[in-house]
Amino acid sequence: MSAPTAVRPTPAAPPPPRQGIARRNSRDGLAMVLPTVVIVVAVVVVPVLWNVVLAFQDLTLLEVRDAGIFESLSLANFTEVLTGSGFWQALLNTVVYSVLSTAGSIALGLLAALALRRPFPGRGAVRALLLLPYVAPVVAVAFTWKTMLNPQFGVLNAWGTSYLGWDEPVDFLGRAPYAMATVIAFEIWRYFPFAFMFITARLLAVPKEIEEAATVDGTTLLQRFRYVVLPQLLPVVALLSVLRLIMTFNKFDDVYLLTGGGAGTEISAVRVYDTLTGRFDVGGAAAQALVLSAFLAVALFCYVRFFVRKGGEES
Amino acid sequence: MSATTTRAAGRDTLEVVRRRPGRTRATTEERVFAVLRWALIAALVLVTAFPFYYMLLLSFVPIESLLLSPSRLWFGLETLTVETYRTVLASADDGGQGFGLFLRNSALVALATVAVTILVAIPGAYAVSRLPFPGRRQVSTLFLAVYLFPTVVLAVPLFIAFARLGLQSSLVGLMLVYVVQTVPVSIHMLRTYFATIPASIEEAAAIDGAGRVATLRRVVLPLAMPSITSTGLYVFMIAWNEFLFALLFLSAQPDRWTVSLGLAQLSNGIEVPKTVLMAGSVILTVPIVLLYGLAERALTEGLTSGADKG
Repeated sequence: MSAPTAVRPTPAAPPPPRQGIARRNSRDGLAMVLPTVVIVVAVVVVPVLWNVVLAFQDLTLLEVRDAGIFESLSLANFTEVLTGSGFWQALLNTVVYSVLSTAGSIALGLLAALALRRPFPGRGAVRALLLLPYVAPVVAVAFTWKTMLNPQFGVLNAWGTSYLGWDEPVDFLGRAPYAMATVIAFEIWRYFPFAFMFITARLLAVPKEIEEAATVDGTTLLQRFRYVVLPQLLPVVALLSVLRLIMTFNKFDDVYLLTGGGAGTEISAVRVYDTLTGRFDVGGAAAQALVLSAFLAVALFCYVRFFVRKGGEES
Repeated sequence: MSATTTRAAGRDTLEVVRRRPGRTRATTEERVFAVLRWALIAALVLVTAFPFYYMLLLSFVPIESLLLSPSRLWFGLETLTVETYRTVLASADDGGQGFGLFLRNSALVALATVAVTILVAIPGAYAVSRLPFPGRRQVSTLFLAVYLFPTVVLAVPLFIAFARLGLQSSLVGLMLVYVVQTVPVSIHMLRTYFATIPASIEEAAAIDGAGRVATLRRVVLPLAMPSITSTGLYVFMIAWNEFLFALLFLSAQPDRWTVSLGLAQLSNGIEVPKTVLMAGSVILTVPIVLLYGLAERALTEGLTSGADKG
């Protein structure tokens, strides 16, 4: 963020006292940011707070419509959620899913950015193509993957059984160990462009001189990467990790569309959705969502505490 | 950091000078990675492009041909059909899937989202980047919080609130949610761009007697147009592609479905051939790819602005 700008001249003909300018600036600033604040408070902050209240009310969808805001508070939802076996399994699935997807997409994005670093004819086109999985609508690409992986007429199984000697088609999205791996692969495919884009932008700002000097000194490619390029990329990689972790942890569409949460891929977001729309258990859904955000907040706090501190000491 | 790097590199250099073999190691490594690099580029292109090719191909293939030879990746031009597209686009009365209507709904919601978001985000971004007002830092934190909460957390109360307000299954309610989801990132994209506009230009305008609003409209906005365009595109993309809230709010109202939701519902239907599903996917994807093709540069630059500062 830019530092507070210095007091600057105003249009008014007789220069008013400095106090007045500052006051006008802050008044205008507040007025201009107000619409955003109002919308965010109304559609995010209030619902989040209401979600907390709902979590303490043991109500179904139909009851909630008529119930008062602070009616019949209880801890029933939490005991139900925390003692149910499905919740912890879903949380574990979510952690596995988000950590592996994040790590994989950043690693692949980094490799892609390095491979496309030096110009070659057609680089612009390749770059644009590599970003497609990120911009394409999730519903469309999820169904394409589903069709590709279909055991009866999907191209992958057709090739596997006729050319690669598979004994029988693999049900990539319907059998336990494969489904989670496939969902993670999909997530890596869809989000490596995001990391690729950011790392490419950062690579552009890496000064060439140090690397050239190191080359003249006879260092190898790997040494230059390890000691010159990588240290400069670490901040953006750290930022990407946090961003992607949060986003993937909260992700719903990808898994819902691919497996519907079946075959060992039930992640927490899908579970909350099922609780809400399948069982109309508003309180249970709200309580789960609340525990999830608390978990995420604690995990983020630890991450920032640990890595940002460490990074700060290094530099 | 840079001091230790240089020192480490220096130590390696000494060793290289002393022992000749280091030179050959460097060249071998150079060669190996040159090969690996091209292999990786080829693999990436294949992996990214293939699903899109497959989607496009199957959308034109009669379902019988697909079932007969699922491993084929090319069918003769004469066997291809556009019947799938007719089925998808025709209205339900004509025995189709009504995607024409869904396209209209999606376009309405996405365009309205872009308009409202940009309108709200421009003054917001300007204030955050230029004007010192009390609570400026807290406001930035508040905007960040939007992305911290799982969307499902918002989904539960919004679902109930919209039901009470009668906004349930309305496109306006959906748009409202999309605006909130996109305003913070828009403010971030615009803000980093505003920061690059020299304050002296605004000061000059102010000296010439332009008020705050006039300066913003006649000086800052024209200069920030590239950033506004890329931000608008990104917002359009998010709104067009969104699925969860459309599913939650609109499921009960088939005439208000967006393309994403319509496609998802289509896949649940029995007896819908996969080729028709792929035709629907192409229809959903094409507008985004066209827009992206027109403005790929602007979009990536807008999104990653600020990233080069580390």
